[in-house]
Amino acid sequence: MDALIEKLKTQIIEQLNLAEVKPEDIQPDAPLFGEGLGLDSIDALELIVLLEKHYGIKIEDPKDGKTIFQSIRTMAEYIKAQGKA
Amino acid sequence: MISAIGNNVHEAFQSLSNSQTGIGKINHLTTRYKDEFLAGEIKLSNKDLADLVKDNNPDLNRNSYIAMLAAKEAVIHSGIDTKDGMRTGVISSTTVAGMGKTELYYKELFEKDDHLGVLDTHDCGDSTERIADYIGNVDYVTTISTACSSAANAVMLGCRMIKHGLLDRAVVGGVDALSKFTFNGFNTLMILDREWCKPFDENRKGLNLGEAAGFLVIEGENALNKRGGKALAEVIGYANANDAYHQTASSPEGYGATLAIQQALQMSGLTPSQIDYINMHGTGTPNNDQSEGMATKAVFGNQVPKFSSTKAFTGHTLAAAASIEAIISVLSLQNNMIFPNLNFTTPIAELNLIPETKLLLTPVNTILSNSFGFGGNCSSLIFKKA
Amino acid sequence: MSYITSYAHIKNNQVSVNGTIVFASDKTASLSEFLSAAYKFLGISYPKFHKMDAQCKLGFLCTEFALKDSDFLISNDLSKIGIILSNSASSLETDRQHQLSISDKSNYFPSPAVFVYTLPNIVIGEIAIRHKITGENAFFVSEKLDAELLDNYTRILMNAATEAVIEGWTEVDRSHYEAFIFLVETQENRNKSSIFKPLKQSNILELYNQTTWTH
Repeated sequence: MDALIEKLKTQIIEQLNLAEVKPEDIQPDAPLFGEGLGLDSIDALELIVLLEKHYGIKIEDPKDGKTIFQSIRTMAEYIKAQGKA
Repeated sequence: MISAIGNNVHEAFQSLSNSQTGIGKINHLTTRYKDEFLAGEIKLSNKDLADLVKDNNPDLNRNSYIAMLAAKEAVIHSGIDTKDGMRTGVISSTTVAGMGKTELYYKELFEKDDHLGVLDTHDCGDSTERIADYIGNVDYVTTISTACSSAANAVMLGCRMIKHGLLDRAVVGGVDALSKFTFNGFNTLMILDREWCKPFDENRKGLNLGEAAGFLVIEGENALNKRGGKALAEVIGYANANDAYHQTASSPEGYGATLAIQQALQMSGLTPSQIDYINMHGTGTPNNDQSEGMATKAVFGNQVPKFSSTKAFTGHTLAAAASIEAIISVLSLQNNMIFPNLNFTTPIAELNLIPETKLLLTPVNTILSNSFGFGGNCSSLIFKKA
Repeated sequence: MSYITSYAHIKNNQVSVNGTIVFASDKTASLSEFLSAAYKFLGISYPKFHKMDAQCKLGFLCTEFALKDSDFLISNDLSKIGIILSNSASSLETDRQHQLSISDKSNYFPSPAVFVYTLPNIVIGEIAIRHKITGENAFFVSEKLDAELLDNYTRILMNAATEAVIEGWTEVDRSHYEAFIFLVETQENRNKSSIFKPLKQSNILELYNQTTWTH
């Protein structure tokens, strides 16, 4: 799980152009949206692309993102639950 | 005007008064989404359009055809003679431009030169210049590109240049044909509805893309009187503001929209209660309709005028939207009709705004027309019966 | 009467403000490297910058440089500041990126963050978001910097509710890029601006052509 979390951090930084953020700055349980990393709605869509591109998971309804993308950990757990870790 | 609801204004009026939508399956555009999404497609092939324009230049694209046809229809309808010595401007707008053709040959262009001509017709200014050439004797051209509010800004600029004595009249409007580029792009933003869009409905899921070209001839009073012309309607107010919130989403409270509507009202000298009908931007996306609804309530309070979005007829025609909706507004004024907000069942819970869902025959003297574009560009126009 | 009170010009990997070069990076640096370096030089903290496309970064930075030592944002009502920008290539540079991402059926991952920038006026949105500017805004596409259009349009706006304008040219097309932003204000709001040139076509062009670029 930890390895997946670390991998996700790097992928997210790259996919979302978070140039001023380092992997160690992202806490696994910190909120990704709102406070925390302060991502916005376009970032949420990019995370959907990331899931498809790197993990072959397709999300049809953008509203599902709210729960899946709460934190890096919830993302990792979702990926694992889909059997795509 | 040429759009999914008709190849000219008369046909469009027939569709509007018969509640006949132009949104349906995609027939002419080749796209991987052909069977997945509905669209407001013009019911003519590129070959049909080329024949109508009577030009077999292989580098002309769908965008230029429909622009030329609609602009010419407007000029003929107005009765102006561009050779009469008065100063005529063409202010057009587009976001797609020649992309519809360029995307077909994009990869090939790296290998061969066969279709180099499409590069000439690709840019935004090209269709404007072709309109100018097609109409003839044009003194001034310019092209605006501010996404979905583009044509409203073209109307505004036309009015202002006339007001400041820089032009006597202007052919203003916008054009955007369907393209793979926009389909793919809007799909990644996940704001397309796979079914028929439902503007202002609680269960709306997104927009249907559409294509159209819409042009109006705006004249100063002096110029109009000098040539003995007759006005169809009057532009009495307009405003533009920036939402300053997000590149593509509107602020939840509709801040920019509120500013645009308020400032247009201020210019017109009308109070909110004097607006008879609002033609909403109403794309059918969860975000826009919520935001625009909030702005409407902020300005009109509990006295929201009759309103509808006509995008369930035409689809969202991007840069052309504001101009075809201006034409729809003029038709509304001329015929004392309010065209329905099709496909509506349940009002948005927190707003409880209910649009007109059936064709309504009622006196209409003043209309507010909204168009809000990506980049936070919010424009509102107010028209009055002539 | 309106006056140009500050201007910035970015080209050839150099930034000039009011005619003086204030930043330059290596001639061999790519546009992307140059823009990052200029951002760092400015010393602002605006993480959203990195998500912007090249045209937005360019227009954004040029505006920041023009605003840097000016009272423009304090002296003027943010809801009455207009933004008028223009270029010739529209959003072509990013259009190409989007087009590439949808061309390969076997590697089909169009990016929403890229598509968002396939409109030339998004740069106006970025500047507006940064400073909470809610005045009028327009984007024109023309062959080259059209001083007549900008002059006329500014006058039209200032004659209505607009009190000050951020305007100019922001162009990125393959290896060619250039940004020219100038600020226009009224006499009343001119505080400690370092230049004070009446708004007219000839002055716009003079400032545009003025910088002595080092080669």
